[in-house]
Amino acid sequence: MSTTVATTNTEGKTWSGGNEPLKASYGKMMMWFFIVTDALTFSAFLAAYGFSRFKFIDSWPIADEVFTHVPFLHGQELPMIYVAFMTFILIMSSVTMVLAVDAGHHMKKNKVTWYLFLTIIGGIIFVGSQAWEWATFIKGDYGAVQTKGGNILQFGEYKTNENGEQEFKRVAVKDFVIVSPTERTNHERKNGLWFVDEGTLPPYQIKDVVAGLEANPNILVRTQILNEEREKTILSREESLAAIKNNGKRVVEGANLEVNEYGSPLFADFFFFITGFHGFHVLSGVVINIIIWFNVILGTYERRKSYEMVEKVGLYWHFVDLVWVFVFTFFYLV
Amino acid sequence: MSAHVEAHAHDDHGHHHKETFITKYIFSQDHKMIAKQYLITGLIMGIIGVVMSLMMRMQIAWPGEPNAFLQTFLGKWAPDGVMSADIYLALVTIHGTIMVFFVLTAGLSGTFSNLLIPLQIGARDMASGFLNMVSYWLFFVSCVIMVASFFVEAGPAAAGWTIYPPLSALPMAQGGSGLGMTLWLTSMAIFIASSALGSLNYVVTVLNLRTKGMSMTRLPLTIWTFFVTAIIGIVSFPVLLSAALLLIMDRSFGTSFFLSDIFIQGEVLHYQGGSPVLFEHLFWFLGHPEVYIVLLPALGITSEIIATNSRKPIFGYRAMIASVLAIAFLSTIVWGHHMFVSGMNPFLGSVFTFTTLLIAIPSAVKAFNYITTLWKGNLQLNPAMLFSIGLVSTFITGGLTGIILGDSALDINVHDTYFVVAHFHLVMGISALYGFFAGVYHWFPKMFGRMMNKNLGYVHFWITAVCAYGVFFPMHFIGMAGLPRRYYTNSAFPLFDDLSNVNVVITVFALVGGAFQIVFFYNFFSSIFYGKKAEQNPWKSNTLEWTTPVEHIHGNWPGAIPTVHRWAYDYSKPGHDDDFVPQDVPLKEGEEELQH
Repeated sequence: MSTTVATTNTEGKTWSGGNEPLKASYGKMMMWFFIVTDALTFSAFLAAYGFSRFKFIDSWPIADEVFTHVPFLHGQELPMIYVAFMTFILIMSSVTMVLAVDAGHHMKKNKVTWYLFLTIIGGIIFVGSQAWEWATFIKGDYGAVQTKGGNILQFGEYKTNENGEQEFKRVAVKDFVIVSPTERTNHERKNGLWFVDEGTLPPYQIKDVVAGLEANPNILVRTQILNEEREKTILSREESLAAIKNNGKRVVEGANLEVNEYGSPLFADFFFFITGFHGFHVLSGVVINIIIWFNVILGTYERRKSYEMVEKVGLYWHFVDLVWVFVFTFFYLV
Repeated sequence: MSAHVEAHAHDDHGHHHKETFITKYIFSQDHKMIAKQYLITGLIMGIIGVVMSLMMRMQIAWPGEPNAFLQTFLGKWAPDGVMSADIYLALVTIHGTIMVFFVLTAGLSGTFSNLLIPLQIGARDMASGFLNMVSYWLFFVSCVIMVASFFVEAGPAAAGWTIYPPLSALPMAQGGSGLGMTLWLTSMAIFIASSALGSLNYVVTVLNLRTKGMSMTRLPLTIWTFFVTAIIGIVSFPVLLSAALLLIMDRSFGTSFFLSDIFIQGEVLHYQGGSPVLFEHLFWFLGHPEVYIVLLPALGITSEIIATNSRKPIFGYRAMIASVLAIAFLSTIVWGHHMFVSGMNPFLGSVFTFTTLLIAIPSAVKAFNYITTLWKGNLQLNPAMLFSIGLVSTFITGGLTGIILGDSALDINVHDTYFVVAHFHLVMGISALYGFFAGVYHWFPKMFGRMMNKNLGYVHFWITAVCAYGVFFPMHFIGMAGLPRRYYTNSAFPLFDDLSNVNVVITVFALVGGAFQIVFFYNFFSSIFYGKKAEQNPWKSNTLEWTTPVEHIHGNWPGAIPTVHRWAYDYSKPGHDDDFVPQDVPLKEGEEELQH
């Protein structure tokens, strides 16, 4: 081992070996490469989403008509407001994370504790908001009729707005359809002797919808097909009646993995899957942050004389935020 | 020396903690032990995969004839010794899966990356021994689940290793689509996690833990290929994970990502709007790079062995690195050539044809560099060298048919025939397997401290080489004659009657070749215990792993880690007494480092 004395002719070079060429510890670099992997997982999902959306480019639901709800403001259509709030919270939690990492560089334990705490709170608010967003989407608002071919027919009528212009206003199924009595009751746990899981019976039948439509001469049907102005096509009165009578299969309210009152079920499939997968990442991030937070409080990193762990989870947290920016863009903006 | 030992005791990996049987042999965090675990698991999976292919060959050669062998192994799946069609499709599926992922990805990369990365770059161990251990055990669990799927009532997954929907997406589609496919997906999800952990470790270890003087352009080519392979894995496996997750949603939760308008057993399913072609895109975005994940480590091993045993510097060291990088980059933009008959726009097909044919350039660079390294070398034809030369041969034979298949206009004529089977078995199956064998013969002394029997190695090589060509060469012709792949039997088509004799010949070669692998296994396992004791540097090789003691120790080097003063290929350098100069030997007074 006398060889250690001689020079290697690579001294002082970045990639000469025996050093950290990218000025990062192996743990931090692993986090970076993990992020690359995870980014590709999300890219695949978003590419699949784009592929499917492009396939239905002329009938894809319009996000501004789907996500219009804000808690406590019932019955108002406020597209983008709620998701903007969610996004703001998540980005703010990234800001507090940056502050926590910076405080860690200066070895200020109390500041790290405080900013990490704020980050955790931001993450929890985001996941909670997403739960509300999901619940609202699942519940739906106006209801629609699914045709035998799987398309969605929605209802509305022309009304004069404050500027004196004619405007097409959506009408909810429950506002013009009267439920006709059926012989069957839905089996539920409370009324079943031997309870076997049963899907809920449809509240409205197509004949009820037809009756309601005939009784309200103003109501028109709107199809999911987009016209040149990127607006959904509104049928004439005759076409509306014919469409429901000939093609109506069932009434759908809200969205789930199989049907979607706003249009293509793929919209709901991808929405639930991608925001769910992202929400799972946020939730894992919150759990990891909490673990690190306890370590900070217990002084683990103080003793280790390095807050690098905070930096590593910070990388993950920023990545999850960045992914949200893409998810937000593809689902809500474009 | 004593000063070194003391310095070493303070080193991170150098603690002399007491090891129990469990921490040494089972939950070991030592890269050398993990490599051996990968190797032995991979070999066992290899036996399973090869036996499956032999059963398929028997069915193809003698369809409908009772066979006691099949009856013994397949039981209820071969009533009266005649294989059922269901199990044939399952064998096709699981043989492909096991060979591609479990033997040639985990078995090959897992073994040699783990063994060689720390040893050849001069590191005490992997960056994270713990994650390395987790990676192996996840791999082990995924192997167990995959094998367990054979014992499921309705049979294992049978949708082909590419698991295209709807066969894979509808649990009622065929026998294997139920629990068998669920187990397949579970196993693969765990496998992907294992592969991700392994790859992360390999990449950061190569980047951060190289010893002093081991610059990137002094790295042995093995390390370069392992490094690039790990990066390809990091980039492509997550996309398979995405596809698998979406598929699981379709199977179990009613989404329609890959399904549309399906009518099955008199019932209209609710699926609407999805596209199986989307799955094909996602799958092949992994699937094609996967070919290079399998092949590149074998090429790296070959580079090392050919240079050592030709006693010559590797020809075109930097060209080799560049071609590996080029192959890695191109591998991510060619996936469409697997889908030429999926209804793809012919223009898009021509784009994929173009990118695919570009791969011929770096591949040819590698092939020519091997040949020019061999040229006028002082060839040491030991078994490892023979297998490496064998690899160059099958890489060229299989690569040439790749040019035919990469061209959409030609591919459409032979798509899904035995021509394709012949192509990919030669270029990635047999080539990677040769690389695997070469690596085992070459590094066996490093792993087990003993030598393998050379004569048995020769027998193993020559019979394997003859049989491999005997099996796969005729397949080109029956493929061009139109014989479709994956078919349970061809006796229903009078058109193929003339080919049945060829199929018998192929099967005989397969059975002989398969049987003679016993020679290898005997040689391998008996040499572990009774082989001749190895010297420290039996092949007179330059790389750092041969500077470690024969007896394995934690931390690899008893003293300080050697520093590196030259590249790995100073063979037969003028001005030196020996025909090799290990990397840790300083340059002599006035000696120039080769401008490689």
